[in-house]
Amino acid sequence: AMDTDLSSQDRKDLDKFIKFFALKTVQVIVQARLGEKICTRSSSSPTGSDWFNLAIKDIPEVTHEAKKALAGQLPAVGRSMCVEISLKTSEGDSMELEIWCLEMNEKCDKEIKVSYTVYNRLSLLLKSLLAITRVTPAYRLSRKQGHEYVILYRIYFGEVQLSGLGEGFQTVRVGTVGTPVGTITLSCAYRINLAFMSTRQFERTPPIMGIIIDHFVDRPYPSSSPMHPCNYRAGEDNGAVYPSVEDSQEVCTTSFSTSPPSQCVFTVTKAHFQTPPPVVTDTLKVPVMGLAFSHQLSSSRLSYQPAALGVGSADMGYPVLFAGGLNAAHPHQLIGPGKEGGVPPVPSQPAHGTQADQERMCTPLDGGHYSAATPSSSEDTETVSNSSEGKCGSPHDLLETIFIRKVGAFVNKPINQVTMANLDIPFAMFAPKNVELEDNDPMVNPPDSPETESPLQGSLHSEGSSGSSTGNTHDDFVMIDFKPAFSKDDILPMDLGTFYREFQNPPQLSSLSIDIGAQSMAEDLDSLPEKLAVHEKNVKEFDAFVETLQ
Amino acid sequence: LARRTRCCGPPRAGPAMNCRAEVLEVSVEARQVEEAMLAVLHTVLLHRSTGKFHYKKEGTYSIGTVGTQDVDCDFIDFAYVRVSSEELDRALRKAVGEFKDALRNSGSDGMGQISLEFYQKKKSRWPFSDECIPWELWTIKVNVVNLANEQERQICREKVGEKLCEKIINIVEVMNRHEYLPKMPTQSEVDNVFDTSLKDVQPYLYKISYQITDSLGTSVTTTMRRLIKDTLAL
Repeated sequence: AMDTDLSSQDRKDLDKFIKFFALKTVQVIVQARLGEKICTRSSSSPTGSDWFNLAIKDIPEVTHEAKKALAGQLPAVGRSMCVEISLKTSEGDSMELEIWCLEMNEKCDKEIKVSYTVYNRLSLLLKSLLAITRVTPAYRLSRKQGHEYVILYRIYFGEVQLSGLGEGFQTVRVGTVGTPVGTITLSCAYRINLAFMSTRQFERTPPIMGIIIDHFVDRPYPSSSPMHPCNYRAGEDNGAVYPSVEDSQEVCTTSFSTSPPSQCVFTVTKAHFQTPPPVVTDTLKVPVMGLAFSHQLSSSRLSYQPAALGVGSADMGYPVLFAGGLNAAHPHQLIGPGKEGGVPPVPSQPAHGTQADQERMCTPLDGGHYSAATPSSSEDTETVSNSSEGKCGSPHDLLETIFIRKVGAFVNKPINQVTMANLDIPFAMFAPKNVELEDNDPMVNPPDSPETESPLQGSLHSEGSSGSSTGNTHDDFVMIDFKPAFSKDDILPMDLGTFYREFQNPPQLSSLSIDIGAQSMAEDLDSLPEKLAVHEKNVKEFDAFVETLQ
Repeated sequence: LARRTRCCGPPRAGPAMNCRAEVLEVSVEARQVEEAMLAVLHTVLLHRSTGKFHYKKEGTYSIGTVGTQDVDCDFIDFAYVRVSSEELDRALRKAVGEFKDALRNSGSDGMGQISLEFYQKKKSRWPFSDECIPWELWTIKVNVVNLANEQERQICREKVGEKLCEKIINIVEVMNRHEYLPKMPTQSEVDNVFDTSLKDVQPYLYKISYQITDSLGTSVTTTMRRLIKDTLAL
């Protein structure tokens, strides 16, 4: 067959399909990490705007973030769209769990029909994504988030960065779709250290209080976008208006080209994502200052401390207020999956089902909120964005170091690199408590007793007993592993284990030592005849006494 | 008047269509059989169902929307996604329930297999009955284990959960090969390719059958039943 170039209509369709596929991919991934069960309804009559014939809701903030990251571009060779899923504990430690990559390679399939085969295969790929997002380890973690940790997402566009996943991460391929301009591939690289950790174990261990570590360092790549929690908790009374991010096809390619990705890190969302009935974000209030909302957040996160939150704005782990003048200009346009007849269906409405009406109602109120927020907080935006740039990166090199130092599940290097001197153990709640460090364990390598460091032990040594007796005791009996029951963990300086080790070799009783014992024995023997004589004299008294006892 | 004929005489002599076959094996406790089977079957059907077709003039058609929902398992540390269709769920539960009962009643070691077959109908002239030509066959081999204590059961919950995760990945791999799928049919042919009896979704024509392996493990005895899901009555 002749190698025909893609017709311009096909090209336009293909670009649109890829763009909306990317947006839906992000929605599926983020929604799968919200911590809730997702449920959408099937509808036999086409509603006109369900991309790829699948009912996948659009959380407006998520779409907004995705579009911001893409900045009007499409995935291409060397330019991949990545959704990074990470975990952040109540103490502020964070860790990358997964990177979902939507990539394009150069292998083209010129013969394939765009509006038909490619579209259907993209639909199939989304179904595969729905299935795969439930089988990686992060899914179970995300279902249990809320008290001790939250799951965050971050979208970036460009080169894939997998270094934050630790050593030995695994990859699962979701699928590929060939197109005339390249092959789309969707895959996930995920940290496997968590596979050792059943969520049961995690629930049993309370978080370590009192140690707050800020390991955040600057991210190596410049376009650092803020982290957002997957988990939304909205207040009951606050119906909020959130501008739904729906664009017409003409506008969307230009709408974000002027917005630098580093700007505007404030986002407060109250996207209340409910499972049945499947109507999402119909009303969403945007508090102007965002402080009220951050307060609300901290009350719903039981063990979170406001300091870690950073007033809800500087802390990038939380949704903060969208001061984005970026989108104020065009919040109202409509999404349509395509204007052609046949497959896909012609859109006549912006959204499916009842959501459509409610989202339309939301939009007129956008302009007011946005314009109020933008000018007054523009300076704040700048300063906060600068500070948060520094703060919001998840630690990369430092995190590697941290994991090396840690005991338990995340130790990537040999155990002897761990030092007991480090009391600031991040992710301590993840660590199995019963791992001992052999090299530093005095049970395995007992110190010589005269050189003991403990002042208490030194004072207990009597002059009489030399190191020899205690040394003998050491040679006879060496404890390999010591796990005292009900012992506290090793962070505290004196626990049952330490106590035992310190006092396991008390000095001998003085009366048992030969020299002194021999002396007193001789004296006792000499005095015996005298004592016997005295007792015989008093024998009648003794007998009377005995009779009273009977 | 549509002619109601029994489906599936044996395929006539001639070049048989390639039917790809995939086999999955799981070892589960008796109480996990149902959820494990549903997880696999629903995952396959998620990929093999579309929205309802609505044919319009000039041979074009529009497609309805498929909703999805998360299902948590009670006896396995596992969750999966299924199509939002109560009818489809009921049909699968019925088939899996029969399979589970047959396994229990067989009194054997507790080995059996359940099969999900996708087929196309090829209409034949009278007196030949229509042919059912399978194009994809999924077989799940089940081995039921008995566990002694609660600790083993807890481990089994987790292990089976992990195994099912692997199975889902395997299924997705197969689906991604984009191998043969029946062509999209015209309006007159749609019932030869799809099951159009459901209200809200449209899976490819499928049938579920099962076999219980006897204790010898070699030949198949006892029940061999077919649960036929298509628009033709039995």
